Amino acid sequence: MRTIFATLAVLILAVLPVAAPWLQFVLTLAIAKGFAALGVAVLLRAGLISIGHAMFFAASAYGVAFLARAGIHDFGLLLILSVLAGALVGAVAGSFLVRYRAIFFAMLNLAVSMVFYALCAKLYSVTGGTDGMPVPVPAVFGIVFAEPVFKNVLFYLSLGLMVLVGVSVQRYLNSPLGHALSAVHTNEIRLEYLGIPVWAVLLIAYVISAALAGLGGAIAGFAIGRVVPDFAFWTASGHLVLIAVLGGIGGVPGAFIGALFLELLHSAAVTVTDSWNLIVGITLIVVIMFMPQGVYGLFARREVSSL
Amino acid sequence: MLNAIIPLLLDSLASAALIFFAAVGLTLVFSVLRVLNVAHGSLYSIGGYVAASICLFIASRQLNPYLSFAALLFSAVFVAAIFGPLIERSLVRWTYGKSEPVQILVTFGLFLILEDLQRMIFGVQSFYEDAPMRLLGTLTIGGVVYLNYQILLIGMALLVVIGLRLLINHTRLGRLITAVVTDREMAQSIGIDTNRIFILAFSLGVFLAALGGALATPTSGIAPGLGADTMVLAFAVAAIGGLGQIEGAAVASLIVGVARVLAIYLVPSLDAVAPYAAMLVVLLIRPYGLFGSMTARRI
Repeated sequence: MRTIFATLAVLILAVLPVAAPWLQFVLTLAIAKGFAALGVAVLLRAGLISIGHAMFFAASAYGVAFLARAGIHDFGLLLILSVLAGALVGAVAGSFLVRYRAIFFAMLNLAVSMVFYALCAKLYSVTGGTDGMPVPVPAVFGIVFAEPVFKNVLFYLSLGLMVLVGVSVQRYLNSPLGHALSAVHTNEIRLEYLGIPVWAVLLIAYVISAALAGLGGAIAGFAIGRVVPDFAFWTASGHLVLIAVLGGIGGVPGAFIGALFLELLHSAAVTVTDSWNLIVGITLIVVIMFMPQGVYGLFARREVSSL
Repeated sequence: MLNAIIPLLLDSLASAALIFFAAVGLTLVFSVLRVLNVAHGSLYSIGGYVAASICLFIASRQLNPYLSFAALLFSAVFVAAIFGPLIERSLVRWTYGKSEPVQILVTFGLFLILEDLQRMIFGVQSFYEDAPMRLLGTLTIGGVVYLNYQILLIGMALLVVIGLRLLINHTRLGRLITAVVTDREMAQSIGIDTNRIFILAFSLGVFLAALGGALATPTSGIAPGLGADTMVLAFAVAAIGGLGQIEGAAVASLIVGVARVLAIYLVPSLDAVAPYAAMLVVLLIRPYGLFGSMTARRI
């Protein structure tokens, strides 16, 4: 039943840009942010809130830009290498960050991401400063498309990746390793008495979440065609947490539902008002107060995790 | 070399003093309410906007320019009186006893709302009113020119540290606050009105943030995005000092000020990185900050 719903939702997504071409960019960006929010949601399961995941989002996006500058033009290679770069940054940062909990974890993630942000903005000769770096149109499986065609191809590739990665992450969350995350949230000392190394559980989750954020960042870089330091600013990290919570951290679809909901609301709202943050802020507070399981909680039958 | 460094130091310390006002409010609110208010930076910039508006009004009516000093103080009191009780009663109170992600997200939502409200009310242009700074003039020692206003800022920061310490150690309200910080339930059970303490402490935090914003108007002006920038800096300073530590925030702003001077002097392009790098180093060595104390792990 749920598989049917999910398939139907993906099919509708696939058809939407044919009916309304302007939606294609919005949806690509929503999927990209959905990946990153999924990364944040993985950590939220363990009760860890990261206000710094925009760093990995930006790291991979910059990775694409740097690799493209270095002469790599294959889409697949760029994507894999940049996600690996994001995961690597995640492994380095995670190796010391997962020792911390609660507010300290949040603060340290913020500190690391702001160092990254400031470096991107200030090292003008390397990163182009606040002007950012261009992301050229790559070749997809050896075929070089014109830019509008590439954007279409990018959308369907992202959609495919969403299903593929979504299923994998769902499997991860349902594995003992994934269940250990919720156990960390409930009582991590009990977990250690059971002989499960909390540090390793969290580090694996951290690297996975960084890679997911990186995947999102790489797709966003391709879709926008430019990478700027603002990708890594702390408010961007805040938005990722917001999307994760809005959708609900209970399952994989939550992050993507949250991202779609927010991006569609955004495109609808900008036609009426420019006070977009006001709407998001109110929505966020209402969702947290009245629907702690997120929008996804409305559909889920089983008991799902909430904050 | 000293001639180059001392004005630079004064400049950095003056901006560190401004951040200190925001950070000490943040730290105070955290220690009493145990909520990290992500919207704190917005209250700083709101204080700045209100102060700039009143100062510009004074200038346009050609009233006595010295009134603008009163205006700076008044705008901080005004913002605290309106936003303090309002935010504490409506949003922050709801998050007591909830998990950190919930607290951070609710105040992040508030931050988004306040940022847009400021944009709607004050527009996107930057405000700049330097009458108070010009009135105070400059001071020349050994051929180096100092802005008196900057010295005033540093003096004010010292005054706030001493004032807060006196308030907490030597007044009835301060003792009540200490009691609530030490053991909230016990304080409640012996009849302390904790709700009142929460409102007062939160409003005091808002006052300090707004005061910082108001005092910043004459030197650096107010522009959109200031709230977000101030928030992370205040956060960094509060974290270096140890969340909940007043003197810690003061020492931390000194460290951040000096770190910036060193960065400007050695690697000018990296001055913006200095505060966060300092925060990172301190938190990695002492995650609870320089003056903070370790809390036990939950069992």
